[in-house]
Amino acid sequence: MYVKGDEKYFIVDGHTHFWDASPANQANVHGEQFIDCFYDYHRNLSPESEVWAKDKFQKYTEADIIHDLFEVGYVDKAIFQPTYLRDFYHSGFNTTEQDGELAEKHPGKFIVNGSFDPRDGEQGLEALEELHSRWGLKGLKLYTAEWKGDSRGWKLTDPWAYRYLEKCRELGIVNIHVHKGPTIRPLDRDAFDVKDVDAAASDFTDLTFIVEHAGLPRLEDFCWIATQESNVYAGLAVVMPFIHTRPRYFGQVIGELLYWIGEDKILFGSDYAIWTPKWLIERFVDFQIPEDMQSELGTISPAARHKILGLNAARLYGIDVPAEAAAESLVASAT
Amino acid sequence: MTTFDDRSGPGAAVRLALAAVRDPELDEPITDLGFVTAVTVNAGHAEVRLRLPTYFCAPNFAYLMVADARDAVLAVPGIELADIVLEEHFAAAEINAGVRAGSFGSAFGAEAGAGELAELRRNFQRKAHTACLERACQELIRKGWTVDELPQAHLDDLAEGERRDSLARRRADIGLSTDDRAVIFVDDDGVPIPAAQAPLRLRFARTVRVSIEGNGHFCRGLLTTRYPESAADQRPARPPDDTELIQIKEVSA
Repeated sequence: MYVKGDEKYFIVDGHTHFWDASPANQANVHGEQFIDCFYDYHRNLSPESEVWAKDKFQKYTEADIIHDLFEVGYVDKAIFQPTYLRDFYHSGFNTTEQDGELAEKHPGKFIVNGSFDPRDGEQGLEALEELHSRWGLKGLKLYTAEWKGDSRGWKLTDPWAYRYLEKCRELGIVNIHVHKGPTIRPLDRDAFDVKDVDAAASDFTDLTFIVEHAGLPRLEDFCWIATQESNVYAGLAVVMPFIHTRPRYFGQVIGELLYWIGEDKILFGSDYAIWTPKWLIERFVDFQIPEDMQSELGTISPAARHKILGLNAARLYGIDVPAEAAAESLVASAT
Repeated sequence: MTTFDDRSGPGAAVRLALAAVRDPELDEPITDLGFVTAVTVNAGHAEVRLRLPTYFCAPNFAYLMVADARDAVLAVPGIELADIVLEEHFAAAEINAGVRAGSFGSAFGAEAGAGELAELRRNFQRKAHTACLERACQELIRKGWTVDELPQAHLDDLAEGERRDSLARRRADIGLSTDDRAVIFVDDDGVPIPAAQAPLRLRFARTVRVSIEGNGHFCRGLLTTRYPESAADQRPARPPDDTELIQIKEVSA
C-alpha cells in the first residue's frame, strides 16, 4: 500500500522477475550478453541513486526482492512473469519453478505465472497441464517472436497456438501476457506485430490479453487493436521508467494510452529487477501530464492512478483489495 | 571514437553516402544515430564498421541497415569493393555474410524470404510517411489552417525546407507523387482522407510519430549506455519545434 496524503493506493506490480544470470549459470556468450542488455536498460533509465552494481544485478537475493518489493516498494501483490531462456542459462534465467519456490516461502505475496510455446506440440500441452496443476496458474507470459531451431517465431493465430489457448480456457488460465516490445533476445520476424493478438482476442473473448510494453515501439498498432477488442490491455513494463529520463515522452505515451484504450485497461509493472517499484510508484503518483500538453492529452485523474497501480490487475487476477483502497471508497474520496 | 581516415577524399564521400542510410525503424540517418564507428578507404576498397544499441537488436532490421549501407557505399564513384561489418551483435556473422552474398535467406534459412524483408521495409516506409505527414500538418496548423482544411493541402503549401523535403522523400518511397500540387493528406495508398475523418486520422498519425520518436530516444540512450564514446557521434534528431503538440480537438469542427 502506498499512502500519499489522503490517498491509499493498493499496489499490484504486474511484472516482476526472480532471475539468476550469474556467470556460473551463464551457458554461453548469449547468456552473458542478455543480462548485459538488461543491465544497460537498467543503467540507462534508472535514476543514478537506484543503479545497482553489476554482480548484484546478475543475481540478487531473496532478501533483496522481498525488501525492494514489499518492505520499501509499497507492493501488495507481485506477479511473476517467467522468462525461461534455457539455451542461455544452465538452469534457466527465470523459470516458473524458480518463481514458485520463492512464492511458496512467502504466502500471499506473489502470483506465479507460467508459459508455453506452441511449437512444443502435444508434449507441451501436457507440460502446461502439469505446470498448472503444480502452481495453480491464472496467467502466462508468452514470447511470440522467440527463435527455436529453424523457426523464427510463431503467431497466436497458429493452429497449435489455438489449441494451447483452448487448453488455457479449459484450465481457467485467463490472463495471457504477450511480449510485444523491445527485442531483448533473438527475436524478430516483426516482433512488434500485434495483429495476431487482435485475431486471438476476437476468438477468445473469455481470455484477457495483456500486451506487455504496450507494443512499444509500435504504440499506434497496439492502441488501434486495443480500441477494437475490449479484452486487450496494456502492460506498462519498460514504459514506466521513462517517467524519470523523459517525463514529457512518458506523458505523451500515457496520454495516448488513456485516450485510445482508457484507464481501466492499463497495468503497472516495474519489470523488477530491471527497475525497482519504489521510485516508479512515488513518481507516478506525483506525475501529471505537462500543462502545455493537457489541452490535447487531458490529465491523469486520481481514480486512473489507483486503477493503473493496482485495481485493474486486482480485477483480472481476482485479488482481494482492502476496503479502504477499493474502487468503491475511491469514488467517495474522489468527489 | 569515429575514425574517418580522410575528411576530404574518398572517405568523406563514403561518409556522405552513409548519411543517406536510415535506420528503417527510427527513420533517422545511421550517422546521426552514432551507429557508424569507422570508415576506411584503400584503393577503391571501403570498409565500414557499424554498432547497434543492443546485442539483440532485431536481426531483420539490422540486415536492412547493413544491406542499405553496402548499396550506398558501392554507389560512390571510385568504390569498387565495400565491406560493411556489423559488430557485437548476436547474429553479426550471419548478417555480414548474408549481405555479402546478397541474400537474407542465406543468412537466416528457409523461413527468411526476401518477401518478408520487402514487407517489413514497406511497413516502416508507411509509418515514416505517416509521421512526416503529421509534422507537415502541425506546420500548417501553426500557420492557421484548421484540421478540416487539411484535405485541401498540397505539398507546396509547406515552407521550403527539411520538413517539406522529408515528406516528399517519404511519399516517393511509398510510390506517391512528389509534384508541388500533390494533395498530401492521404492514406498510405494515396487515397485522400475526407474532412470528417481528419481529426481521428491526425490523432492516429500523432501516435505513430510519438512511437517512432520515443523509440529513437530509447535507442540513442541505450547506445550511449553501451558505448559511452558514441555520445560524441550522435546528432539530434529534429528541430525542437517538432516536439510541440498542436491541439487537434480545439481546432476541429
